[in-house]
Amino acid sequence: MNYAAVSLTSREEIEVHRFSWPVSLGIPLLAIFIQVFFPLRLPFLSIFDLPLLVTIFFAVARRRPIPGMITGALIGTVQDAWTSLPIGVNGIAKTIIGFLASSLGVKLDVDNPGSRFLMTFTFYLVHRVIYVVIVLALVGGNEPFSWGHTLVAALANALLSVVLFAGLDKFKQRM
Amino acid sequence: MAILFVQVVALATQVKRPEGGTGSAASGGTRLIRVWTVTAISPFERALVASGSFVRRNFHNYIDLHDARQQNRQLQDEIAQLKLEQVRLRQDAEQAKRLRSLLGFTQRYFGQLLPAQVIGTSGTEQSHMIQIDKGSSSGVKVDMPVITPDGIVGKVKDVFPFTSLVLLINDRDSGAGVILQTSRLQGVLRGNPQGELHVGDIMSDEKIDDGEEVITSGGDRIYPKGLPVGTVSHVSPDHDNEPFLAVKVKPAADLSRLEEVLVVTKVAQETPQQTGQAANVRAADILSERLPSVPKPEETKKAGAAKTTAPAVPSPTPSAPGTSGTKPAANPPAPPAALKTATPASTTKTGSAPKPVVNTEQKAAHPPGSTAASQKTAPPTGASPANAGSAGTNPKPKASPTPPKKPKAPAVAASPTPAQGTSTDSGQTKPTDAEKPPR
Repeated sequence: MNYAAVSLTSREEIEVHRFSWPVSLGIPLLAIFIQVFFPLRLPFLSIFDLPLLVTIFFAVARRRPIPGMITGALIGTVQDAWTSLPIGVNGIAKTIIGFLASSLGVKLDVDNPGSRFLMTFTFYLVHRVIYVVIVLALVGGNEPFSWGHTLVAALANALLSVVLFAGLDKFKQRM
Repeated sequence: MAILFVQVVALATQVKRPEGGTGSAASGGTRLIRVWTVTAISPFERALVASGSFVRRNFHNYIDLHDARQQNRQLQDEIAQLKLEQVRLRQDAEQAKRLRSLLGFTQRYFGQLLPAQVIGTSGTEQSHMIQIDKGSSSGVKVDMPVITPDGIVGKVKDVFPFTSLVLLINDRDSGAGVILQTSRLQGVLRGNPQGELHVGDIMSDEKIDDGEEVITSGGDRIYPKGLPVGTVSHVSPDHDNEPFLAVKVKPAADLSRLEEVLVVTKVAQETPQQTGQAANVRAADILSERLPSVPKPEETKKAGAAKTTAPAVPSPTPSAPGTSGTKPAANPPAPPAALKTATPASTTKTGSAPKPVVNTEQKAAHPPGSTAASQKTAPPTGASPANAGSAGTNPKPKASPTPPKKPKAPAVAASPTPAQGTSTDSGQTKPTDAEKPPR
């Protein structure tokens, strides 16, 4: 069991988890598969960002910034491969989110549903802002930003994360 | 930081390259990532789509049996109506073909269509792409247009061995040349980040009505001309681009629920060859063919008389030269006289320049030694045996006017026929449009 130097959490709350290789590889791929397949029949499902939720979950559970960044970078890059945008837009955004989520996981209790809801809600907004900045500043594209739509999407993703994270908790292994 | 740095550099590389004009090469360095990703996930998509289709098809097969009888009746009615419609359209198509050949228009049409099933999307709201289950192994290439029977869908952006990514027309990176069908205004169709379609570059003083249909113009060299794109749903001044209008278009194809699409793998392009016949056929003759007219009683009588003496008349096929050319609209049910009898005239080697129809056909149909005989047998009023049979005694337009390809004309009238067949400029001896059944 690892302990953070400065923490607002109890011993149980700063437990560092690890995941088996099949889970580490399979869950992100499954998330991307669901993300690209199901909107085909149900277009409204594209409001969810499952790869982002998986990135947050793994980063928070591992509580180590470097693996969190790598996880975010890989998931984001794979997600970019399905879009018309240059590869790296989602990669950079999710790398930053992976770093922030793993850093936050060290300091806060992120295992109860309330904190998960707030955390995902906030990270979705941050991710969206980073994404827009990258598209505008680095790609030179045109990316409209609608606060109303973004807040609704953040709310939907936060609600989904509560359910999803509870299910993914079963794959955690204590170090 | 190193991870971020690498990604930023990779991003910068991709963004820079399209400016050099090599749009497809932009993904050269990162293509491997796309290939690996798509190759890893697409088999699962294909399997799921295939199993889903199997279950759905079987279920529908069972359900559809309940309404099969009623549906069959409705479809038969529909087929009957469509047959009538088809006859009319065939006539128009033939006429359009002739007019195009007269004007020397270059045609582009579908040479080959490849059906494909949609097996995935981009998964994000920011990018509008779909994945199809056909790739380079099926002959798909980058920039091939993708359509549905309802309208255009997009173009192929990335090709992998067994799958391809299609950029939809409502993506912000997409563009297509379009024409507004009624007002004939041309513009560029673009998507926006919200997935809406807009036609740009139309001045604000133009009048565009809602509901006007939008079709492809063919100017982008990707989509063939005339494909349906959608309908105008809203027109307003473009405040960001002041002198122009913001024309919002509702796509004809439901881009959010695509299941099967068609990839145009081959677009044929050709300039119609002006055959000898087509070169000498005037547009006015073609139009006169469509005009209604009533056969004169005298002609009908003569035609009937001529038909009764037909066995004695050598070769009704080449028809009486000079007669039909003088009165092209005399027998509306029959083939256009000018068109029909102009065939030998147009195929003579007397020159490619258009000549008066009557003179040339007389030359062709009456070679030396046969002129007198022909003039004796054929009345000069348009009551030639061929025309007479069609106009006067035989009301069915298809039966009479079709000239036999190899007329068995004995004696005197046998001479015009070989002359007609052997002197073609284009080398075509098969019946031309003028010899086909009348419209």
